[in-house]
Amino acid sequence: MSLRRYIIRRILVSIPVLFGVSVITFGLVHLTPGDIVDLMIGQNPDLQPGEAERLRREFGLDQPVYVQYFDWITNALQGDLGPSFSQGPETSTLLVSRLPETIALGLFGWVFAMVIAIPGGIYAAIRRGRLGDDVSRFVALAGISIPNFWLGLMLIAIFAARFGWFPVLDPQTDLLSREMLWWLILPGIAVGTASSASLMRIMRTTMAEELNKEYVTAARAKGLPERTIILKHVLRNSLISVVTVAAFITAGIVSGSVVIEVVFGWPGLGQLLIDVIHMRDVNVIMAITLFVGVAIVIANLFADIVYALLDPRIRDDY
Amino acid sequence: MSTERGQIQIKGFHAETVEDREGLSEWTDEKDTEIPSRWVLIGRQLVRDRLALIGALFVAFMLFWALFSRPLSVMGTTIQPFEAVPYDPTRTGVGDRYESPSLAHPFGTDRLGRDLFSRVMYGTRFSVTIGIIVTAIAASFGVVYGGVSGYFGGRIDDVLMRIVDMVFAFPGLVLALVIVSMLGRGYWQLVAAFTLFGWAGYARLIRGEILKVKQNEYVLAAKALGARDRKVLFRHIVPNAIAPVIVQATLAIGGVVIGVAALGFLGVGFAPGTPEWGTILDAEKGTVVAAGDEWRWWATVFPGLMIFIFVMAMNMIGDAVNDALDAQNETNVDNMGPQG
Amino acid sequence: MTLLEVNNLTVRFYTAEGVVTAVDDLSFTIDRGEKFGIVGESGAGKSVSALSVLRLIENPGRIESGEILLDGENLLEMSDKEIRKVRGNRVSMIFQDAQTALNPVYTVGEQISEPIRHHLDYSESEAKERAIELLDTVGIPDPQTRYSDYPHEFSGGMQQRAVIAMALSCDPDLLIADEPTTALDVMTEAKILNELDRLAEEFDTAVQLITHDLGVIAEVCDHVMVMYAGQPVETASVDDLFYDPKHPYTVGLMASIPRIGAGDTRLQTIPGVMPDLIDVPTGCTFHPRCPYAEDVCTQKEPGLVDPATGTEVGADADRGASCLAYTGDLANDLTFDVTVGDAGQSVGGESDD
Repeated sequence: MSLRRYIIRRILVSIPVLFGVSVITFGLVHLTPGDIVDLMIGQNPDLQPGEAERLRREFGLDQPVYVQYFDWITNALQGDLGPSFSQGPETSTLLVSRLPETIALGLFGWVFAMVIAIPGGIYAAIRRGRLGDDVSRFVALAGISIPNFWLGLMLIAIFAARFGWFPVLDPQTDLLSREMLWWLILPGIAVGTASSASLMRIMRTTMAEELNKEYVTAARAKGLPERTIILKHVLRNSLISVVTVAAFITAGIVSGSVVIEVVFGWPGLGQLLIDVIHMRDVNVIMAITLFVGVAIVIANLFADIVYALLDPRIRDDY
Repeated sequence: MSTERGQIQIKGFHAETVEDREGLSEWTDEKDTEIPSRWVLIGRQLVRDRLALIGALFVAFMLFWALFSRPLSVMGTTIQPFEAVPYDPTRTGVGDRYESPSLAHPFGTDRLGRDLFSRVMYGTRFSVTIGIIVTAIAASFGVVYGGVSGYFGGRIDDVLMRIVDMVFAFPGLVLALVIVSMLGRGYWQLVAAFTLFGWAGYARLIRGEILKVKQNEYVLAAKALGARDRKVLFRHIVPNAIAPVIVQATLAIGGVVIGVAALGFLGVGFAPGTPEWGTILDAEKGTVVAAGDEWRWWATVFPGLMIFIFVMAMNMIGDAVNDALDAQNETNVDNMGPQG
Repeated sequence: MTLLEVNNLTVRFYTAEGVVTAVDDLSFTIDRGEKFGIVGESGAGKSVSALSVLRLIENPGRIESGEILLDGENLLEMSDKEIRKVRGNRVSMIFQDAQTALNPVYTVGEQISEPIRHHLDYSESEAKERAIELLDTVGIPDPQTRYSDYPHEFSGGMQQRAVIAMALSCDPDLLIADEPTTALDVMTEAKILNELDRLAEEFDTAVQLITHDLGVIAEVCDHVMVMYAGQPVETASVDDLFYDPKHPYTVGLMASIPRIGAGDTRLQTIPGVMPDLIDVPTGCTFHPRCPYAEDVCTQKEPGLVDPATGTEVGADADRGASCLAYTGDLANDLTFDVTVGDAGQSVGGESDD
C-alpha cells in the first residue's frame, strides 16, 4: 500500500500551484492598469495628494515589480502581510481576528449543504424517474438558480423581521456560545443552499449511475437487504465522486460567504474584503485573496487524500 | 462427456437459400431505422422536454425586454426606437415614494418614486448581456486553450494545465471582486472581471473531451494523411468534443448573471442608481430589515425574482441539453452550479 | 429429483421503443445436481430467464406470468424477505464480467464473507475463515493474503474464481452462471470451466449455465435448451444435441462454429439477425432465417414436440424440438446431415487442461 507515497506526491504537486496562487494574487493588484496610490488617494479624502510620494516609498512601489513581489512573498511567508492603512492594525492581526467568524459561518453552511444534499441525492436516485425524483430535481435546480444574496434578504425579511424567530443583524454574542446557533442559522442556509443543490444533483447522478452497475445486481443476488446494498455498497462508491468535487463546493462556500456576510452584517473576512475593496486597501486585499487561494488548494489536497482513502484503486496508480 | 469424439460436420444445411428466395412473409429485419444525426436527436429531445421549452420561452421573453424596453443607439444613431416600458427607468418622482404595485406601477415604486417595473425590465440589459458576452469570449478562448493543451499533450499540456489549476484555486467571484476593485465600476470592467479567469473551466472540460476524441481513428487517419495540426484540431477534433462545452456554457450564463448581480449588490458593479438588478437590491435592502413594521416587499422581491427566473430558465435549458446529450452518448457535464 | 421447475414464464420490458417480450411462455426443469445449459444468440432471453429465477428483473422489466418452483415453492409468490433468503443462499449467481460484479472499494474477502455472515449467521472471524477456505477451494494461491486484496489487484481469471467462491459460499442448491467465461481469454476460460465442473460435483450443486457458445455447453452440461427469440426451440441431452440436432436453428448454430483444419467446408453462418422481440415474425419466429421454411411456417406456430412422434411434450421432456417438420406440416424434409469425422482432427472448444 503506497498511500504515503501518494500523499507525498500530491503535496509536491501542490507547491507550484501555491506559487502560482501567490503570483496571481500579486499580479491582479499590481499589473492591472491604474496606479495603486492614485486609486487609494481617490478613495480616501483623508489622504493628501502630496502624500503620494511617501506612500509609494512606504509600499515599496518605487521598486521594480519582481522586487516588490519577492519582498511581499518573503514577508508573507513569515506571517507579515504588511500594514493596513484603512483598518488600523497589521493585516495579519486583522485576518486572525476575523477568521473565526468566517470559519464558523462557512462550516455551518458546509454542514447544512451536506446534510441536505446527501440524503436528498440518495432519495432522488432511488426514486429515479418517479414523482419524488422530479420534485427533488426541480428543487435542486431552483437551489442553484436562486441568487444567494437575495435568498438572504428574503430570509431576513420573512423569518427575522416579520416573524421575529431569528435575530436580525450583527451577531451580539460570543462565537462559541449556544445562542450563536440562532445567529448562524439564516446566514448558514443562505451560504449553503447553492452548494447543497449542486451537490445533490451530483449525488443523484453518480448514485443513479452506481445503481446501474453490475455489482449492485451481484449484491442483490447475494440476498442482501436493499438498505445494506445502498448504504454500504452504493453509497461508498458515490461518495468517492462527491469527494472529487469537494473543492468546488468549498469554493462555492467561500464566495457565498463573502456575499452573505455583507447581507447579514457578519463580521468575518468576506465583510472585511468588501470594506477594503471600497477603500482600495491593497495589502489587505492581497492578504485575503492569498488566504482564500491557499485555503482552497489545501482543501483540494485534503479531498484528494480522502479520495485515496475511499478508493483503493487510486493509490496503486502511483 | 461424449462416447465417440470427433469433429462434427454438418452437411446439407444451405443457408444461402434464405438469401436467394423471396421473403415468405411481410416481416423483415430491416426496420426503417435510418439513424438521424446526433444534433437532430438532441433537437427532438429538447422539443419534447417541457421544462426546456418553458425555459426557452422565458429567456426569449426577457431578451425581448432587454432589446425593446428603451431605445437603443450605437454611436449616436438610433437603431431601435421602441419604448416598451412606461417610464424612464432613471427618472425620479414618477410616482410617490414606495407606492405598492398598481395598474400604473405594476411593480410599485422605489424610495425615490421611480417606476420599478421600468427599472427591472430595463435591468435585463445589464446582467443578461454581460452573461452572454462573457460566456461567448470565455468559452471561445477556453476551447482554444484547452484544445491546444489536449492536442499537443506532453510538456505543453503539463504547463498549461498547471496554470488552470492555479486559476481554480480561487472562487470566480473573489477574483472578479479584486479585478473590479482595481479597474473600477462599469459595464466593460465587469465583462473583463468575469472573462479574465472564466475561460479556465472550459479549457479543462474540452481538454478532457479531446483526450478521448484524439484516440479515434479518423484523427489518426487525418494525421497520417499529413493534415496540418491546426486543421486536424479544429476540423476533426474540436467539433466532436464541443457538445459538453455547449452545455457548460448554457449553464454558465446563469452563473455570470448571478455574479454580476452580486457585484452590483456589493456596490462595486455599477454606479449607484443604475437600474441593474443587483444595484437596485443594494439600494433597497433597508426595506428588508424594516419588514417587521411594514414590509415594502415589492422593492426587493421583483428585482430578485427576475434574476432567479432568468437563471432558472437558463438552467432548465442547460439541463435539458445535457439530458439530450446524455441520451445520445455518455458525455456528461457535472453541473457545479453557477455560484461555485 | 426436480429442483427447479419453471412453468410458462413470460417476462416483458416496457421500453420507449415498445414492449419487448424477452421471455415468452418459457418452461424448463432442472434436477438436483444436474448441469443444465441454455444456449442462444445474445438477446434470445437467456439472461432474462436466469435473472427471473432470482427475481432480479428490474424496471422497466416485469415478470408477467408463470411460476418458478424451487423445491415446490413458488419463488414468484414469496415476500421480499423470503426471496432474499433464497438469493445467495439456496440459489446463487455468477456473472459475466467478474470485474464489474465485484465492488471495487471492498476487499475480495469481505465480499465473500458478506453472504456467509448474512445467511449463515457466522461471526466475523468464522466467516473470514470460511472465505479463506473457499478461496483455496476455487484455486486461488496464498488465500490468506489474497483475502484482503482489492478486486483490481486480481487478474481477470482470479476475479472470476473469487466470484465463484462468493456464489458457493452458502453451499447453494443451484448455481446460475450467466456467461461466466465470456470476458476471459481462451486458456483461462478452459480452466474456469473445468473448475466450475469440478466444484459443482464437489458441492453437489445444480448448475444453470447460460452461454452463446456451444463449446462451453459441451464442456460442462448434461442437458441443453436452445433458445431463440425468447422461446425454447430445442431441448436435448448434450450428446443428442451435438450428434443428432433436430431444429434447423441448432444446426445453424453448429454450422457457424469456426473449425481449424476444416477449410474445405464453407463456414455457414445463419443469414439475417434475430428479431428485436418488439416485433417478432408470425408463425415460427425463425422462419425468415430458416433455409427450410415454407409458407406454412409463417402462419402456424410450432410447439415443442417430440421429434420422433410429433406429440407435444412438456417442460421436463428429455427431447423436444419446435419445428413444423415433426408435426407433418412441411412438404419437404429437413435435409441436413450430421457426420462425425476422424477423432484425430478434433479441435475447437474441447481442449482439456
